[in-house]
Amino acid sequence: MSTLKYRTDLAGPLMLVLSLGLVSCASPPDSGFSTAPSQGPGLGRVASASLLQRMDRSIMSNGEGLPAGSGTVAQGEKVYAAKCLSCHGDKGQGRPADPLVGGIGSLKTERPIRTVGSYWPYASTLFDYTRRAMPANAPMSLSDDETYALSAYILYLNGIIAEKEIMNANTLAQVSMPNRAGFIDYSAR
Amino acid sequence: MPPKNSLVKNLLPSLDMPKRRRFLTGSASVAATLSVTSLTLPVNAEENPLWMKTPGKPMSGYGTPSTFEASVKRPFASGYPTVSPGTGSSRTPHQALEGTITPSGLHFERHHNGVPDIDPLQHELLIHGLVERPLLFKLDALSRYPLVNRVHFIECSGNSGPNSAPEPPQITAGAIHGLASTSEWTGVPLALLLHEAGIKPGATWILAEGADAASMSRSIPLNKALDDAMIALYQNGERLRPEQGYPMRLLLPGWEGNTNVKWLRRLKLTQAPTFTKDETSKYTDLQKDGLARQFTFGLGVKSVITFPSYGHKLERQGLYEITGIAWTGAGRITRVEISTNNGLSWKDATLQGPVHSKSFTRFRLPWHWHGTTHVLQSRATDDSGAVQPTRTVFTAPYAKGMNFHNNYIQAWAIDANGSLSNVYT
Repeated sequence: MSTLKYRTDLAGPLMLVLSLGLVSCASPPDSGFSTAPSQGPGLGRVASASLLQRMDRSIMSNGEGLPAGSGTVAQGEKVYAAKCLSCHGDKGQGRPADPLVGGIGSLKTERPIRTVGSYWPYASTLFDYTRRAMPANAPMSLSDDETYALSAYILYLNGIIAEKEIMNANTLAQVSMPNRAGFIDYSAR
Repeated sequence: MPPKNSLVKNLLPSLDMPKRRRFLTGSASVAATLSVTSLTLPVNAEENPLWMKTPGKPMSGYGTPSTFEASVKRPFASGYPTVSPGTGSSRTPHQALEGTITPSGLHFERHHNGVPDIDPLQHELLIHGLVERPLLFKLDALSRYPLVNRVHFIECSGNSGPNSAPEPPQITAGAIHGLASTSEWTGVPLALLLHEAGIKPGATWILAEGADAASMSRSIPLNKALDDAMIALYQNGERLRPEQGYPMRLLLPGWEGNTNVKWLRRLKLTQAPTFTKDETSKYTDLQKDGLARQFTFGLGVKSVITFPSYGHKLERQGLYEITGIAWTGAGRITRVEISTNNGLSWKDATLQGPVHSKSFTRFRLPWHWHGTTHVLQSRATDDSGAVQPTRTVFTAPYAKGMNFHNNYIQAWAIDANGSLSNVYT
């Protein structure tokens, strides 16, 4: 084929036409070139509902996507001791990994301390991140109940919810974080 | 049969290139530790070198740099060495490199829980959410799409963070500014795939999620995705390196590094940002007033002198070429000025073409050093009219130690001995 490309006589195209079985036709054979170069070949496979459910685990800030299940502060304390304390320290004080507690009211000072309590604008993010990325040595290993329980414990340590509050899809979405109004949207600038 | 002399002629440039490159990288990297005198070691004029008298090594399946360049490496560190050694970064050693394309093995890394080892046959990209048809794409399917290649930098928004320290750190240009690298990326325009899925009314954002052990996720305005975003499959002509997102990554030219989600597995069209961990707790820019700027995507106009810089030593007076790289998330670099007197006066450097949009641009200026003290600075301007700010101007609105999006002017001091240090001005 590569030699045909450079031939200027008529024998090449004619032989090609004949070999493709396009007989007695005056118009040239279909070149195959797309007239719409910005068009794709449409090779996407349609995703099933069950696959979407498995792959889509992100939680929106309004709580959309939060699963069934629940957890208490006391349950969270136990999970924390077993799976989180060695990195995040006693009662979320930090070290070797980031502190999870404290710093509320510090953002305007000379030493701003950014934690879940002082900085994060949405409780949904705490659930979302914990469930997909924590603990760092075994991500995606926590059950939904364990994740609700840990969320409850960390929010309680920060003084954001009371000790008796239970976290579930409904209550977590309604938690009001101290720094909710602390961000300026630069996305359109 | 081509005539013999044309074959020789064709080979000449490639024979010449390594020599030049070796000289340049040698002068930049070896000087850091051995000083320039190592380049003037006496050559035995009486004897031919050993490598001309013995057959060389055979061919290899994949080439590696000369063993004499072994010192050209990415410095790297993990913020959590005991907990998650794969969380951290490595930095491009700019002080040892030339040109504008970063070798793929020296492209900076920033990982949030290590580099996944992804089997491309088991990896699929899902596009879903507010679309007519949720679609899945494997690597072989995407590779059959119309591809585009573009030269673009990627810069982590935490780049140059070491210069947020109260005292200027005495580390190399790469150790400070090495979270920025430039490659030729080849991939599928994202708009093509989104149109195949069918964008539903109301979709204004896209959540992009990686298949790493952090499921690293960022929210991206749909407008950017429809503008110049690509699903990159190749870097500098070969498949992406694992550290750069193999088998596929999102490429958002000019936008902060971690929005260019590596190991891309999912794009979800949404009505609003998802407010993930990496766009709330991190990658937000805290101001002095306690408020934080969020979704600060675009990277500012920036430049850094890579030679001479910290670690180099000017051994003798004479002619030198001041050189470095400039880049901007806004478009093209239009001007780089250099000052050798701490900003009192400036002179335009030559921009080495071609100047690509949202890419490193190499600048050069010949300069005579007379053995006196100097403070060298470079100041870039881009085609939006933005000019690289001073440290004082840049840091004014931010909380102390805020170390995102630093694009202020880097200053290197030269003492009377020709030694260089990092200084704040």
